[in-house]
Amino acid sequence: MPIISARGLSKTYRVADKQPGIGGTLRHFFARRSRDVQAVSEVSFTIEPGEIVGFLGPNGAGKTTTLKMLTGLIHPSAGEVEVAGCAPFRRQAGFLRQITLVMGQKQQLIWDLPPLDSLRVNAAVYGIDDAEAKRRIDELAGMLDLGEELTRPVRKLSLGQRMKAELLAALLHRPAILFLDEPTLGLDVNAQARVREFLADYNRRHGATVLLTSHYMADITALCRRVLLIHQGKLFYDGSLDGLTERLAPHREVRFELRDPPPAAAFASYGAFESQDGQQLRLLVPRSELTATVSRLLADFDVLDLEVSDPPIEEIIGRLFRQGAVS
Amino acid sequence: MLRRFWATSLAADLEYQVNVLIELLAVAGNLAGSLFVLSLLFGQGGSLGGWSWEEALVVLGLYTLLDGITSTVLQPNLSTIVTHVQNGTLDFVLLKPVDSQFWLSARTFSPWGLPGVAAGFALIVVAAARAGARPDGATVAAALVLLLSSTVILYSLWFVLAATSIWFVKVWNATEVLRAALVAGRYPVSAYPVALRTFFTFVLPVAFLTTVPAEAILGRGSAPWLLASLVVAAFCLFGSRKFWQFALRFYTSASS
Repeated sequence: MPIISARGLSKTYRVADKQPGIGGTLRHFFARRSRDVQAVSEVSFTIEPGEIVGFLGPNGAGKTTTLKMLTGLIHPSAGEVEVAGCAPFRRQAGFLRQITLVMGQKQQLIWDLPPLDSLRVNAAVYGIDDAEAKRRIDELAGMLDLGEELTRPVRKLSLGQRMKAELLAALLHRPAILFLDEPTLGLDVNAQARVREFLADYNRRHGATVLLTSHYMADITALCRRVLLIHQGKLFYDGSLDGLTERLAPHREVRFELRDPPPAAAFASYGAFESQDGQQLRLLVPRSELTATVSRLLADFDVLDLEVSDPPIEEIIGRLFRQGAVS
Repeated sequence: MLRRFWATSLAADLEYQVNVLIELLAVAGNLAGSLFVLSLLFGQGGSLGGWSWEEALVVLGLYTLLDGITSTVLQPNLSTIVTHVQNGTLDFVLLKPVDSQFWLSARTFSPWGLPGVAAGFALIVVAAARAGARPDGATVAAALVLLLSSTVILYSLWFVLAATSIWFVKVWNATEVLRAALVAGRYPVSAYPVALRTFFTFVLPVAFLTTVPAEAILGRGSAPWLLASLVVAAFCLFGSRKFWQFALRFYTSASS
């Protein structure tokens, strides 16, 4: 029995169409023109309780719009959506108690007060008594490694500390379904890892269902076995992460630095030439030929430095969409 | 829940210590200014639209009281609606299992209006006594009911105006215009020309805010006006709820 299900979910926005410049502004003021933008189109999927699902797509793909429809912030233009047995846009109290939404770019904590004060407000809102609230705060603060930060005004916290406090505030009512929109945005690598571990831990302890969007591939690989890929409002891929990496990134990126780089054409037999920046070169090499190619490069050229990595997620996704490879 | 809401907002206010002093000075200055203007209008004796100096002071007292309530509860809460829409933080309000209108209307509380409430109350009591009013229990009850409906009317008007920010995003100026128009409530509505009087009764119900409760306190209230005031208040409150639910259908949530 899926806990989240969407069938033919669509959202159309009406946006103003304004030309740049003063002329455009004046025209826009007197004769306002608008056009419809299809933000999400016919998206269908189901998620089982306890799953951690990554929600991927380039900027403007419709990820956030979909999350907002799933949390009931906006009305779908068409299609059906059911979360925890409720229609989200009705915003029944019973539904809202079961979900939470964390947005990396928006904050709910009161800026001038320590997080603890905001937490007390949230406890009152969700009808959690003081003893229970304290117990939960202690548990979550332990998992998140938060201590005296909770009694310091939010404006004095670092971004990482604030994000952890935001997570605490969002999870105080122990929701069964977590919608996370870029929860690690702007955090340094350590803080990202801490948040990731926390989410995995929370999922294990409470069997919570998690739907997560992130620009950091590391978040997705660490947490999600299943991913949904969305582009221009349409669902392009729904399946295992392994399947996605194979499909999307059958190549690995080899970056190397040469003392005396020859023209680009010289690399045709090694892999797909990506770019050259002075002595720095980038090649895409099929995974299966990686070892052989790297040894040939080292043997054939005067290599100063060499590094192998997965291409950035945006680039992988971009390539997929340019190729039109659709599942 | 309300207690905790207000305790936290009080704490947030007190984070900025200098503000306390400035706000207190502003309240005192405002009231002194109003009294001065009113005393100029009366000059040596005379009356204003059939109201004596003491009776008019009751109206001014009611205005000061309402203005205090406005600064304490209405202004701090309703002005944040606009900010919530601009920043997209209305999302967090909508995700809480609490009535969103209640949250938006009662979330914060600013103590700076309280001196105004106290001053207005004192002015009403003193002025009513000097005007020769000898209110009995029923009159006081009627006055309180009327005061409550004034507050509800004022709240509903303001809330609806703030809710339009869902479409227009920037309505900050519009709410300021409303507050300015309500300054008309400082004086008895009969002091205005007929056209304005009609406007303040039927279009922007300023008459119900101060003049009608003042008449009740002075023992000149009548059942029809009491009833009318209640009907207007109920209608405004109901309208503001319906309007909010309607407006939320158009909320698109500032992009994140």
